[in-house]
Amino acid sequence: MTPKRQKRLYIILGIVLGTSLIVGLVMYSLNQNINLFYSASQISNGEAPVGTRIRVGGMVVEDSVKRATDSLRVEFTLTDYEKNVNVVFTGILPDLFREGQGIIAQGKMDENGVFQAIEVLAKHDENYMPPEIAETMKEKKEAIK
Amino acid sequence: MIPELGEYALILALGFSVILAIVPLYGAASLKTIWMEYAKPLAKAQFFFMAISFACLGYAFGQDDFSVQYVANHSNSQLPIQFKLSAVWGGHEGSLLLWALILSGWTLAVSLFSRGLPLDMLARVLGVMGIIATGFISFLLWTSSPFLRYLPRYPRDGADLNPLLQDFGLIVHPPLLYMGYVGFSVAFAFAIAALLSGRLDAAWARWSRPWTNVAWAFLGGGITLGSWWAYYELGWGGWWFWDPVENASLMPWLVGTALMHSLAVTEKRGVFKSWTLLLAIFAFSLSLLGTFLVRSGVLTSVHAFASDPERGFFILVLLVLTIGGSLTLYAFKAPNVKSESSFGWLSREMLLLINNVFLMVMAVTVLLGTLYPLLIDALGSGKISVGPPYFNALFVPIMGLLVVSLGFSSVARWRNTSLESVKQQLMLPGIISLASGLIFPFLYGDGFNFRVFIGISLSMWIITTVFREFKGKFRSTTSIAEKLKQLSPSYYGMMLAHVGVAVTAIGITLVSVYSEERDMRMAPGDTMELADYQFKFLGTKSVKGANFVADQGTIEISLDGESVVTLYPQKRRYNVKKSMMTEASIDPGLFRDLYLALGEPLADGAWAVRVHYKPYVRWLWLGGLLMALGGIVTVFDRRYRKNDTQKQGVANA
Repeated sequence: MTPKRQKRLYIILGIVLGTSLIVGLVMYSLNQNINLFYSASQISNGEAPVGTRIRVGGMVVEDSVKRATDSLRVEFTLTDYEKNVNVVFTGILPDLFREGQGIIAQGKMDENGVFQAIEVLAKHDENYMPPEIAETMKEKKEAIK
Repeated sequence: MIPELGEYALILALGFSVILAIVPLYGAASLKTIWMEYAKPLAKAQFFFMAISFACLGYAFGQDDFSVQYVANHSNSQLPIQFKLSAVWGGHEGSLLLWALILSGWTLAVSLFSRGLPLDMLARVLGVMGIIATGFISFLLWTSSPFLRYLPRYPRDGADLNPLLQDFGLIVHPPLLYMGYVGFSVAFAFAIAALLSGRLDAAWARWSRPWTNVAWAFLGGGITLGSWWAYYELGWGGWWFWDPVENASLMPWLVGTALMHSLAVTEKRGVFKSWTLLLAIFAFSLSLLGTFLVRSGVLTSVHAFASDPERGFFILVLLVLTIGGSLTLYAFKAPNVKSESSFGWLSREMLLLINNVFLMVMAVTVLLGTLYPLLIDALGSGKISVGPPYFNALFVPIMGLLVVSLGFSSVARWRNTSLESVKQQLMLPGIISLASGLIFPFLYGDGFNFRVFIGISLSMWIITTVFREFKGKFRSTTSIAEKLKQLSPSYYGMMLAHVGVAVTAIGITLVSVYSEERDMRMAPGDTMELADYQFKFLGTKSVKGANFVADQGTIEISLDGESVVTLYPQKRRYNVKKSMMTEASIDPGLFRDLYLALGEPLADGAWAVRVHYKPYVRWLWLGGLLMALGGIVTVFDRRYRKNDTQKQGVANA
């Protein structure tokens, strides 16, 4: 092997090793940081793990929003028109949070089956429905038919 | 009548781009000069009709022509005039029209400013851009024409522009970003033209460098503005969300950065040629992928206003054709490329290669995180989202490594550098950076902080090594002023951009570590304290804007009993869509921002109030602007102009 070829070989070997290391790290941290999406029905069936970060989506049930008088704690119920799940959140809700609106909450289930939200997302368009919710809704409607 | 003219002009523009895609390329392949000469006038005609088409849509918005569907859906008679005009790109169809207009603008610019270019090269470049234009204008005409009418019964008034988009940021952010996205089509066209002609010497790198730098500068400027917009407009004080659409603009920027550096090596040393070609193809493909992600509705995002499977499919086909076609061409032609020189293990070439690898890894990391949820969904294994921790965990450390190698490549020389000289040059900068990183958290914060140590050390590392290398330029000169004049604009541009990286890094580090925020329930008269500032809430009153009514809070801020500023955050309710929007009120400063936003009204005149203290947040945008400015400055390099006139002289002689 000429010295030039040898050098090229080292470079290629380095790149291959580096890439595989990186891909490995990427896959590892992907698996550590993905948030699975659950519907209200899946949660009330007990499919969602307790204490793991997940996302839950659904419609905010009318007249279910209750505010604490002395803090920013708020409770509401999410539904996928089949089962409900109660959500607790402390903080400022997004502008488009409304009863009857589709939202996504990020957080953890506690032992009492209440969803402790860390973040509530409502998207910036009143006609907008997160695809995750739209799909679960569609499945539900088809199931009813 | 006017909208029909617009549609007609668009059809004519398509006609010209089809001819542009065929005639000059055929001419270049068969060496027919007259055919090649057609490229320039065709590029002009294409731009002319695109401009007419765009002006017609602007006119329809200005005249409140609600019989046009797109106008009716995105404007309203109450909208202030500047937002009526920026609403032209407030939706899917119009923003694509802007995309196509900018593409034809770049095509025109290439035809005007490439006088030094050989005719066949120019014909090929413009021809390739004509192919891209053909794809996009057909996409507009067949799936997303902005000129469709509601006839005979059209709405009396429009549905209004999304309130979030009624803002100065939206007037400038999309055009800038598109200038960058589409600008990479020029680098792409040059790469394809070089592959087609088989002339893969360093010349094409020199021609395409200024274009790449400008496109990169626009893209960076657009991203910076977008981040700033999100900060003040979305009302929760974040400046980067790892939103898929942000990622879509970040990926071409990262690859573009790699391309810029690789082009420099190719031009100066005649190596990395095939790698540079590949990067040019990737940068533009990622721009297209970004367009696909945003426009196809496959993503859950603020930006994803249009979800139409037909449109998504069309862009996907364009994407596959572009990537597939160019990579096939690459596979056939690239093996002929020969390197013109060699380089040692410790040399600027090698360090820039490492820089390229890091940048590519960052781009791939972002790409995987963005596409993984789509992939999992397509495989039917559930719905997931990838959170910011993933991106932070991978992106930030690699960025750190990149910055370390930046310092080395600043002082390393081309071909080969002795380890001894690198050591000797970097000893002092290394010590200064580590020391400042160590001291800063004690001076600014309450004690040692690892993240601040790393962030400040790395930023100082960039600044000191750039300065060290700058100082080295004066070693053998007596007249400093003379030398300052001698140094080229591209050298100054590089320094500006590298200092910009340091400034951004300082901003990111300090705002991430030392930010403070609180959400509080506040009744009129309540006071809260945050980061030594006292905030006194004096209640809200109702105010009226052009097309909204708002509850406006009054909050007095004082520091140690002395009044600093009074801020008036608003909760707006827009008349047409009845949508609510938070308008944050910010007291900006070079070293800290105070950021106030109203949450929701609670009982008894109390409000949920969000207060942020954001130290050094301006720095991260300032750095972004410095980088963009650096990219622009390089274009004024005499080399590009001198080369032009030299060639011109030869042609005239």
